[in-house]
Amino acid sequence: MTTTEYVAERPIAAVPRPEVVLHGLRERPRGWLEWLTTTDHKKIGILYLYSTFIFFLIGGVEALMMRLQLAVPTNTLLTPKAYNAVMTMHGTTMVFLFVVPVLAGFGNYFVPLMIGARDMAFPRLNALSFWLLFFGGIVFYVSVFFHPPTAGWTMYTPLTEEAFSPGGGVDAWIFLIHLTGLSSLVGAVNFVATIHNMRAKGMGWARMPLFVWSILIYSYLLILALPAVAAGVTMLLTDRHLDTGFFNPANGGDPLLWQHLFWFFGHPEVYIMVLPAFGMISEVIPVFSRKPIFGYKAIAASTAAIAFLGMLVWAHHMFTTPTATVVLAFFMLSSFTIGVPTGIKIFNWLATMWRGSLVFKTPLYFACGFLAQFVIGGISGIMLAVFPVDWQLHDTYFVVAHFHYTLFGGAIFGLFAGLYYWFPKMSGRLMNETLGKISFWLMFIGFNTTFLVQHAAGTSGMPRRIYTYYSTSGWEGYNLVSTIGAFILATGVLLTVINLIRSIKHGQKAGNDPWKANTLEWFTTSPPPENNFDVVPRIRSAEPMKDIRRDVAAGGRAAGSVAQPVAPGT
Amino acid sequence: MLIGPSAALADWISPESGGSPNADKVDTLYTIVLCMGIVIFVLVEGLLLYSIFKFRARRRGPQPAQVHGNTRLEVGWTVAAAVIVLVIAGITFAFLGGIKNPPSSSPTGLQGASGVQLATVGALKTPSGKALHIDVNGQQYIWRYDYVDQPRLTENRPVYAYYRMVVPTDTTVILKLNASDVIHSWWIPRLGGKADATPGHDNYTWFKIPGKYAGQIFKGQCAELCGEGHADMRAEVQALPPDQFKAWFERQRNDLLASQKALAAQRKAGVGQ
Ligand SMILES: [Cu+2]
Repeated sequence: MTTTEYVAERPIAAVPRPEVVLHGLRERPRGWLEWLTTTDHKKIGILYLYSTFIFFLIGGVEALMMRLQLAVPTNTLLTPKAYNAVMTMHGTTMVFLFVVPVLAGFGNYFVPLMIGARDMAFPRLNALSFWLLFFGGIVFYVSVFFHPPTAGWTMYTPLTEEAFSPGGGVDAWIFLIHLTGLSSLVGAVNFVATIHNMRAKGMGWARMPLFVWSILIYSYLLILALPAVAAGVTMLLTDRHLDTGFFNPANGGDPLLWQHLFWFFGHPEVYIMVLPAFGMISEVIPVFSRKPIFGYKAIAASTAAIAFLGMLVWAHHMFTTPTATVVLAFFMLSSFTIGVPTGIKIFNWLATMWRGSLVFKTPLYFACGFLAQFVIGGISGIMLAVFPVDWQLHDTYFVVAHFHYTLFGGAIFGLFAGLYYWFPKMSGRLMNETLGKISFWLMFIGFNTTFLVQHAAGTSGMPRRIYTYYSTSGWEGYNLVSTIGAFILATGVLLTVINLIRSIKHGQKAGNDPWKANTLEWFTTSPPPENNFDVVPRIRSAEPMKDIRRDVAAGGRAAGSVAQPVAPGT
Repeated sequence: MLIGPSAALADWISPESGGSPNADKVDTLYTIVLCMGIVIFVLVEGLLLYSIFKFRARRRGPQPAQVHGNTRLEVGWTVAAAVIVLVIAGITFAFLGGIKNPPSSSPTGLQGASGVQLATVGALKTPSGKALHIDVNGQQYIWRYDYVDQPRLTENRPVYAYYRMVVPTDTTVILKLNASDVIHSWWIPRLGGKADATPGHDNYTWFKIPGKYAGQIFKGQCAELCGEGHADMRAEVQALPPDQFKAWFERQRNDLLASQKALAAQRKAGVGQ
């Protein structure tokens, strides 16, 4: 990297003599070495997106393997051990190697651009954060060749104690949590520093894009929640290898302690996964409705409220444990309160579309799919929070359906909206609209076919995490439908992957601002130059691009002052 | 009673019920909350679909009004959301007693089912104190039942059974759950919600099977991942009229005593050789 200083004045020189001082000039590495050594937030963002999408596809294949095994009763495609391994890998991959880091990837690419910054606050830390994630994934997946973990992504003790889970699988999972946790922590600190300090002139808190708001709160949640699981997995590691007995009742420990530590992290994790998707939806809906977001402050505030309340609900995952009724009642009520800010968001999004001028490009398709599906996950979430009802529904396919409606129907549809929305900025080319819409419909139909019937399987008594069931159970129909749906869904995802690969080379040129969007990333070229902006205009509202377009349309001085660099000191 | 409507719904969109009053009440509570959810679902999806069809961009259509918000409207739906969850909370607490607290055994239930269990913290008690108490122990991958307040095998050993739990009808059965290896979860859907069997902790649940289900078998399986055999860790509860239950119990006790004796004889023979 080069550091260039223009030294304009020196007392000894009679005539100001421009002088270039170079520090540590090195030739920039080319090719793959450039990707290995980059500290550019955009390149790191791309690395994040590619790696996490590869993990998404691996996790998807694991999901299809489970669906194939469960397609018919008493199937023998997978052994019980293999099924449990695939189930554990699927959950772990989707949570820790896809949804959380893919959001960090989008955040990495777009937060500096949206706030008019040159890069993240700590570029090298940023690179570290990606490589920790990458090696976390490798460490975990290497266990496939030895002893993959089989205890589910929640790793409940004492099942994960050495006595019941010998072999290295649980340890590989622990190291994955350590590495990806450290990655997220380092990344979160970087986002906080960047967002607090590096916003463009005039971008006060009330003018910050809602996606940036959601990444800020995502970061704070990670910082608050990760230490609990980091401590938990370390204690599990010492339990397994040093006989500490934190979670082992035989040594005076308590298995419920693990559940508290895990869910104290695990529930905020749910919001960590979904809040940035909310942020993307809050960007996409106003742009394609040609209307400002309805209730900007309410959406920003409800994001913070959800995060705060999300720290107080963890034991709603533990309603069937031996726990006093008054505690269960507290966690039911705290879980209910999250329904309020979530409801606020949903109605604000609907109100944004109301009387808008809806431009139906693929991002808006996915945003509408998000709304339609997330509301189902929200309603089933309230039902599960009613703890006597949860006694029936807990650990059944109803819960599996619920969290897939929030995490796939919600978060992943949201980030597909974000992908189609921002792909032109990252690549300079548009994705194919027809292929995008076909992909949407396949995903929408496939998703609902897969997961709607799982509610019914759950209420009919089908527990989750079982590798097989009898033909007399009454669950055969639901499971066959679900498996068919999963393959439709997978086809839809595959079409987006094909669309993406094709469009990188052959897509239509996008130009700077193909969507007539509102935020600053559309001010620069697509893809942006290494320094992002030559000059950043002063921000006057939450929709700076609208102001700029208005100025340009009005012509004259205002537009000129935006388009031209301003000499220092004037 | 509640069995009529729940039996109609039981099959697919609501939890299983019709074996015990707590399961029936959970089903009713679920159905009430579901109905409220359906109202919200229809409202949101309706607004969404209406917007999708009504507000499509038209060629040379006018620029939509640039509305930034509406405080009264926003306060309105915030309050509405809060009221809905408060109502659900109120309804839940109204139902809670009937789901959580076991009723007394009926006069037609097992006589002599005593309540001499030590009352420990968290233990369930019927109003009259009378109930049949069974200790349930989860093990990879089978359930064991100890009939702790019935005539014993020896002074310290209660009569026990595995896999199939036989119980008298019209009798409140209180289960004390524990596990000896990893966490399991006891669940017979038609007899009520699940309760985790956790090593180092006691957990409690109950059911009371009406007389009309005498002879029926209620099936369920472990609901907490407990290892490779988790899916095969099934359980059954067979309901018998009290007199038939007594007969079964005596038979079970005698069988166990006989096998104990046989085992002792075998051991002796083994030592003698
Ligand atoms: Cu089990």
